[in-house]
Amino acid sequence: MTPQAPARAAPAERRAATIARVAGALDGVLHEFVETRDGMPTLIVPRDGLVEVLSRLKSRASFEQATFVTAVDHLPATPRFEVVHQLWSLTHADRVRLKTRIAVDAAWVPTCTHLWPGAAFMERECYDMFGIHFEGHHNLRRLLMPEEYEHHPLRKEFPHQGIEPDRLYRAWEKGRREEFFERRAKEDSK
Amino acid sequence: MSTSNRSQVFEYERGASGDTLADDPLHGQLMTLNMGPQHPATHGVLRLVVTLDGETMRDVDADVGYLHRGKEKSCESLGWAKFFPHTDRLDYVQPLTNNIAYALSIERLASIKVPERAEILRVLLMEVSRIAAHLIYLGTTCIDLGAITMFFATFKERETIYQFLDAYTGHRMNNTYVRIGGVYADVDDETAAILRTWLNGFPAAVDNFEKFLTGNRIWYDRNRNIGIIDREAALAWSLNGPNLRAAGVAADLRKLEPYSGYERYDFEVPVGTVGDCYDRYLVRVEEMRQSARICNQALDLLQQTKGGEFLAEDRRYVLPPKGDVHRSMEELIFQFKIVTDLRLPKGEAYVPVESSKGELGFYLVSDGTAKPQRCHIRAPGLMNVQAIPMLARGRLLSDMVSLIGSLDFVMGEVDR
Repeated sequence: MTPQAPARAAPAERRAATIARVAGALDGVLHEFVETRDGMPTLIVPRDGLVEVLSRLKSRASFEQATFVTAVDHLPATPRFEVVHQLWSLTHADRVRLKTRIAVDAAWVPTCTHLWPGAAFMERECYDMFGIHFEGHHNLRRLLMPEEYEHHPLRKEFPHQGIEPDRLYRAWEKGRREEFFERRAKEDSK
Repeated sequence: MSTSNRSQVFEYERGASGDTLADDPLHGQLMTLNMGPQHPATHGVLRLVVTLDGETMRDVDADVGYLHRGKEKSCESLGWAKFFPHTDRLDYVQPLTNNIAYALSIERLASIKVPERAEILRVLLMEVSRIAAHLIYLGTTCIDLGAITMFFATFKERETIYQFLDAYTGHRMNNTYVRIGGVYADVDDETAAILRTWLNGFPAAVDNFEKFLTGNRIWYDRNRNIGIIDREAALAWSLNGPNLRAAGVAADLRKLEPYSGYERYDFEVPVGTVGDCYDRYLVRVEEMRQSARICNQALDLLQQTKGGEFLAEDRRYVLPPKGDVHRSMEELIFQFKIVTDLRLPKGEAYVPVESSKGELGFYLVSDGTAKPQRCHIRAPGLMNVQAIPMLARGRLLSDMVSLIGSLDFVMGEVDR
């Protein structure tokens, strides 16, 4: 019923094996490895090569699942945003993280939903929270905030207290004003 | 009845469908039905916009966000230490697992070594939480499908878990009991005995659940061949945990990427064969038995490591014990510094744990100041909700209820 877990090599060896596999799959595509605090193999990938890198990682290095797609806002640094893709390989039981740096005035990256359909909600959430467009996404709507909302809450300039949806707020104000004038008109007519 | 011999009880054909589209008098008339957000069968505030052709679902749009409280933004403004109570409110049927997942990422980021006894206590808490969460799944799914007795049977078992948590952590829900570097306090013999007594009777209770359900014709017909996910689809749609294992993949992070010393425990990973709602049910039932096994082993290990440290001694990151804070000026200062101004090293960390719903992890990015740069919560529930439209298309509307129940999500973590 249950296959036993394979014997695990030391973390450094596993990391080296993952890096070798990833580098082999990405032979000839522009990428750069960086060190991270948790030891996960991490790549810096330019936006132009992102789809190529992701599809090679899926087909050649058997990363079958997208764990998450999100972004980090590095205000006031330039380029401001860092889009983070993290992938999981069931076959090799390891992970890889990809980072793409993009500027706020060209905040878009290509979608990866054609590779992992499960990334659809993650990309929608990232668009909702950071205003980063995923080019080619079939249904890029807001996920958590109301559809008419005008702000992107996880950007650093967004206040923690939040901003009321303007349209809803204006409607509420208008209702109050009308109520006031009605009441005054009633009082005048007495 | 175990998962291995159930196929002898029922022979079934894969892909057999009960669709009767041609017989449906309403066939051809499209209707939009709004299910939720305040619908008891949606397990929280989930809104499903269902396009119906007669009684058959043509399309489903899962609308989430009704419980969005901006937890990730809260982390950025509160700081690392004060975010702990907020993690409880994500998947609120297993708050301790969320605590531990968050603590593990912080410990990886700050390279904190957790004492052995703390790891054992954490494993115990996580497995108890898993049983509690699976009992919620079982009870609520049954009540949605009209079997009210099971709800009381599962909640009777859950009550003892809550009594144990109440005695140990001081709260029934939202415990906030885990600290960076360990847990808040040690467990005493009397409290552990509550759990031990309950664990002795728990396998019999699970057998009893199976007696109710596994061979039950109604339960079988409403779950078998509903919402079939195969291995490739489950992986591509980012499903983990019991939903992936029901598709026949023996992927369990406790085995694949052990954390908190899970490699010390002897347990098995149940897998399904078809990947439908019925298999997901069987996988979860077996997981409850395995979790009980792990709990027993953890209690044995606690006996052996009695008197050991349960909190690391690193005063840069680890809160001092509360008793010392009341007696010593230095410890008071440490507590104040850690709560208000905890600085983690510059960098990022992600440590996944196997929650009852799938892979739960906190992706933390620190820039070295007291303000977190980013805290992304990888919630398994969101991925489970995402799978609903794909599985519901072409099925009858009544199948939606078993589908929602068997995918198992909690809106607190879906919406964050």
